[in-house]
Amino acid sequence: MKSLHAQHHPLADTSYQLTVLNPEQQVGQAWPAFAGKLRETGLLPLRPLGVGTLQLNVGKMCNQTCKHCHVDAGPDRTEIMTRETMELCLQALRQAPGMQVVDVTGGAPEMNPDFRWLVEQVSALGRQLIVRCNLTIIVANRKYHDLPAFYRQHGVRVVSSLPHFSAARTDAQRGEGVFERSIRALQMLNAEGYGQEGSGLVLDLVYNPSGAFLPGNQQALERDFKQRLRREHGIEFNNLLTITNLPVSRFLDYLMESGNYAAYMDKLVQSYNPAAAANVMCRSTLSVGWNGYLYDCDFNQMLELRVDAAAPQHIRDFDLGQLSARSIVLNQHCYGCTAGAGSSCGGATV
Amino acid sequence: MEKTYYNPADLAKFGNITEWQSEMGRKFFDYYGEVFKDGALTEREKSLIALAVAHAVQCPYCIDAYTTDSLQKGADEAQMMEAVHVAAAIKGGAALVHGVQMMNKAKELTM
Repeated sequence: MKSLHAQHHPLADTSYQLTVLNPEQQVGQAWPAFAGKLRETGLLPLRPLGVGTLQLNVGKMCNQTCKHCHVDAGPDRTEIMTRETMELCLQALRQAPGMQVVDVTGGAPEMNPDFRWLVEQVSALGRQLIVRCNLTIIVANRKYHDLPAFYRQHGVRVVSSLPHFSAARTDAQRGEGVFERSIRALQMLNAEGYGQEGSGLVLDLVYNPSGAFLPGNQQALERDFKQRLRREHGIEFNNLLTITNLPVSRFLDYLMESGNYAAYMDKLVQSYNPAAAANVMCRSTLSVGWNGYLYDCDFNQMLELRVDAAAPQHIRDFDLGQLSARSIVLNQHCYGCTAGAGSSCGGATV
Repeated sequence: MEKTYYNPADLAKFGNITEWQSEMGRKFFDYYGEVFKDGALTEREKSLIALAVAHAVQCPYCIDAYTTDSLQKGADEAQMMEAVHVAAAIKGGAALVHGVQMMNKAKELTM
């Protein structure tokens, strides 16, 4: 499967995605503006509560082309963060000791040639390091087989997507054979101590619904995942994080192609939860794109919605004071993070 | 547009039944909500039971609702189809077991 970008698909153009998402440009569809919902909740303008997490998207290159990918990542994507940009991120971290968490994502971040160097540098700064690993990269090539040991060495918290405990549901979303390879990778991480009681090595799994429905109760799903993965594959992990699919990029394409777009947007809007809105992750995160530009979250990044114009636009101009006072940029996809129990890179928010 | 007895949009109006009998309606929904909470059975197990019953009572609204709900609660296609087979087995069995009554009657009437 090719990325939307490689297919020259209309949705590869972010301005077209925004046209689809915005009600004033819709024909026959009128969802209330997300900003209006926040106003009713008393949260407009939406301000950061601080910048505790620096999320680095180190590139769109990936060994998988998942059907729901909001990054439109894949083997054909070449956008990659350079070491020079990584240096600027490290500089920002040195300036802001309060940014205690560095969350590295992609694509498959491990495919960035400077990935290991970045991990070593962040680890030396003593910050908590999260790597969003798609699992299959560990078994994709011999040169990645030592990743579990490398992660252990640097105390990395590994956060990995596994859409379901059944092969059919997982492969439907992430590609044929992904489940079997993911299980092998999880066993390798377990063998290194990840997810094992008392090891201190955290392995979290991410559950995205494999279709046009919201995630169920996070605790109940975690219990089911633990039971099934332990019984059938001897796998242990720490937490299951449920994440709602946002109508962005390839998931938006899936919704439109399958005729589920209107019903899904209805569902997101109907499920708006003010408590979830108060806890959205953009209030504590700053997201850096592969080319150093700054965003409120990874979804805004993929829609090319940079941070508010009054704040620094690029990591080279990092200024914690200005960034902490910014207004968070909103659009209709934000309904995805405020539906039901809420959604964030850390799972449910309420 | 072709008119049918069932309109999928009516599912979202289910709550409106309280308009004409609020007390009983409210009691029903309170009970309904209580039944589907995690208990001795998990929410996922209850959703699969509801999916099976939906097929047994042949309620299109319930089939739509509990297909979505089962997926949302983490069930997969194999589990959902097994639930439907449970409904089919009970419905089929219920018809067949009455065959004994038919046999009894036939034996009573024949030489």
